[in-house]
Amino acid sequence: MVAETENIIIVRDLVKSFGSFIANDHLTFSVKRGEIFGFLGANGAGKTTTIKILCGLSYPTSGELSVGGFDIYTQREKVKKNIGYMSQRFSLYDDLTVYENIRFYGGIYGLGKKEIDSRAGALMAQLGFETSRNKLIRDIPLGWKQKLAFSVAILHNPKIVFLDEPTGGVDPITRRQFWDMIFEAAHQGITVFVTTHYMDEAEYCDRVSIMVDGRIAAMDTPDNLKLQFGSPSMNEVFLKLARAKAE
Amino acid sequence: MAPPSVEVKNLTKRFGTTLALDDISFHIGKGELFGFIGPDGAGKTTLFRILTTLQLPDIGTCTVEGFDVVKDYKKIRNMSGYMPGKFSLYQDLSVEENLNFFATIFGTTLRENYDLIKDIYQQIEPFKNRKAGQLSGGMKQKLALSCALIHKPEILFLDEPTTGVDAVSRLEFWEMLRRLKASGITILVSTPYMDEAGLCDRVALMQGGRIMSVSTPAKVVADYPLNLLSVKSGDIYHLLGELREYPGIHSVYAFGQSAHVSFKSGDIVPERLADHLTQNDHRLVEVTPIEATIEDCFMELMTDKT
Repeated sequence: MVAETENIIIVRDLVKSFGSFIANDHLTFSVKRGEIFGFLGANGAGKTTTIKILCGLSYPTSGELSVGGFDIYTQREKVKKNIGYMSQRFSLYDDLTVYENIRFYGGIYGLGKKEIDSRAGALMAQLGFETSRNKLIRDIPLGWKQKLAFSVAILHNPKIVFLDEPTGGVDPITRRQFWDMIFEAAHQGITVFVTTHYMDEAEYCDRVSIMVDGRIAAMDTPDNLKLQFGSPSMNEVFLKLARAKAE
Repeated sequence: MAPPSVEVKNLTKRFGTTLALDDISFHIGKGELFGFIGPDGAGKTTLFRILTTLQLPDIGTCTVEGFDVVKDYKKIRNMSGYMPGKFSLYQDLSVEENLNFFATIFGTTLRENYDLIKDIYQQIEPFKNRKAGQLSGGMKQKLALSCALIHKPEILFLDEPTTGVDAVSRLEFWEMLRRLKASGITILVSTPYMDEAGLCDRVALMQGGRIMSVSTPAKVVADYPLNLLSVKSGDIYHLLGELREYPGIHSVYAFGQSAHVSFKSGDIVPERLADHLTQNDHRLVEVTPIEATIEDCFMELMTDKT
C-alpha cells in the first residue's frame, strides 16, 4: 500500500459544471511523487478543465483536492508556488530574448538575481543555447522553444510540473529529446503531469488515465491497460475506449 | 500520359533571412492522395499558400491543373478547395450560413453539390443552426472541409487538418479522405504526424524548407539504409542510456516502450547485445529485428542532412 503522504496530487469526487454541462463528472485519482502521469482523452473530454483546477486557476464545483500537500480551496497561492506549468500555445514571450524570458520567470517565482543568473547559465549550457542567449524567442525554432519552455517551467524546482500537449508539431528527434528531459526531471523527483495526442508518448508514462466525456474511463500502467483491453498498443486502447463511448 | 495535377520546379521562398522553401521540385498526378509530412517550420504552409495563389514564389515555377500560379491565379482559385491550418470560417455565422456563403461566392448552391459533401455534412447537419464559433474541434474540422468542397473543386489543399486533434477524430478524418479520393479529386494534405504517411499514395518528407524524399510510403521504408532492432526491457530510461554507450550503434530512439536501435550491417550481433544488457542488470530483455517505420526513416534523413 502506498502511504497517503506519497500522493502528491489527490483528487476525490471532483465535479466541475458549467451551467447544465458537466465537464468533470466525479473524478477520483491520485498521482504519486516522482511519477510521470499521462492524462489522456479525446478533444472536449474535460482534460483542460481538470488541469486548470489543479493549477489553482479555476474553482471546482465540488470535491476534495490537494496538490503538493496544499488544499485547492484555501491554499491556492501556495499551490501555484509549488507547481510549474507549460502550455502548447503560450509559454514564452516572443519579443523577449532567451535570457530575458528566463529572468522574467525566475523573477515571478521569487528567485534572486544571482540565483537566476547562475541557473540561467547552467540551463543554457545544458541546452546548448549559449550562443542564442540574446536571440528573440520568435527567431528560434519551435523545438528549441519547447525545450526552453520546459526548462523555464521547472526553473524554481517545483514539486509538480503540468505539461499540456508539449510536443505538438515538434519534429520526431526533438520530441524524443524532450522526453529525455521529462525522464530526467522525474528522476530528480519532480512529478510530471502530461497530456498528449501522441500515443507512443503515452507508453513513456508510469501510469495513464483516459478520460471520456468528463469521466475517467480507465487508469493504470500502460502494460496493464494493454493487457486489460487485449491491445498491442496504447493507440488501440485509446481508440477502443474513446470510440465505444462516442457511438 | 495525363498531365500532372501539380507541378513544382525549383521553388524557393524567403521571408527576411529565413529560407522557408529551398529549391523544391515535385509533381503530383491526377487523383493522387499526396501527403507532405514534416514538423512545424518545414515549409508546408508556405508551399500550400503558394499553390493556392495566396503568396508569390521568389524563384521557380508552379502549375496547378496546368495553370500558372502567378498568371492564371483566378482560374486556380475557382478549381481549388483550401482548408487552412487555422480555422478561418466565420465564427458568428451558423453552420448553414457559412456553407451558403461559400457556395454563393463560387456561384453555386448547397443543393447543387449536396451529394459531394453529404457524407461529411450529415454528421454536423443536426447543428446547422449553431454558430461556427461554438462547435467542438472535430465539428469545426468537418464544417471547414464541407466549405472547401462546396464548389466541387478538382483539387483539394488541406493544411494540417489533424493537428491538435485526438486519435479517434484523426482516424475518422482519414476515412473521409479515402472516400473523397474515390470520387477522383486530387488531394494534397500536410501533417506533422508520421503515422499518417502510410495512408497516402505518395509522400514528401519535409524538414527545414527542403524535401528530403518523395516516394510511396512502402518505398520510403524499403530505402531505409540501416538495420534495425527493437529492444525492450523493464525500464526504458536506463535502457536508453545503456544503449547509447554500446559500441557500433548508429542511433537509439525511444518508440513507446521499446527502443529502436539502428546499425550498419555487421556492426552489431543482436544476441551479444541482448547478453550485454542482461549482464548489466536489465530485466526482461527482448531484442527483435524489425522493419523501419516512416518515423525511423524521417529521423535518419534528418540526421543525414545535418
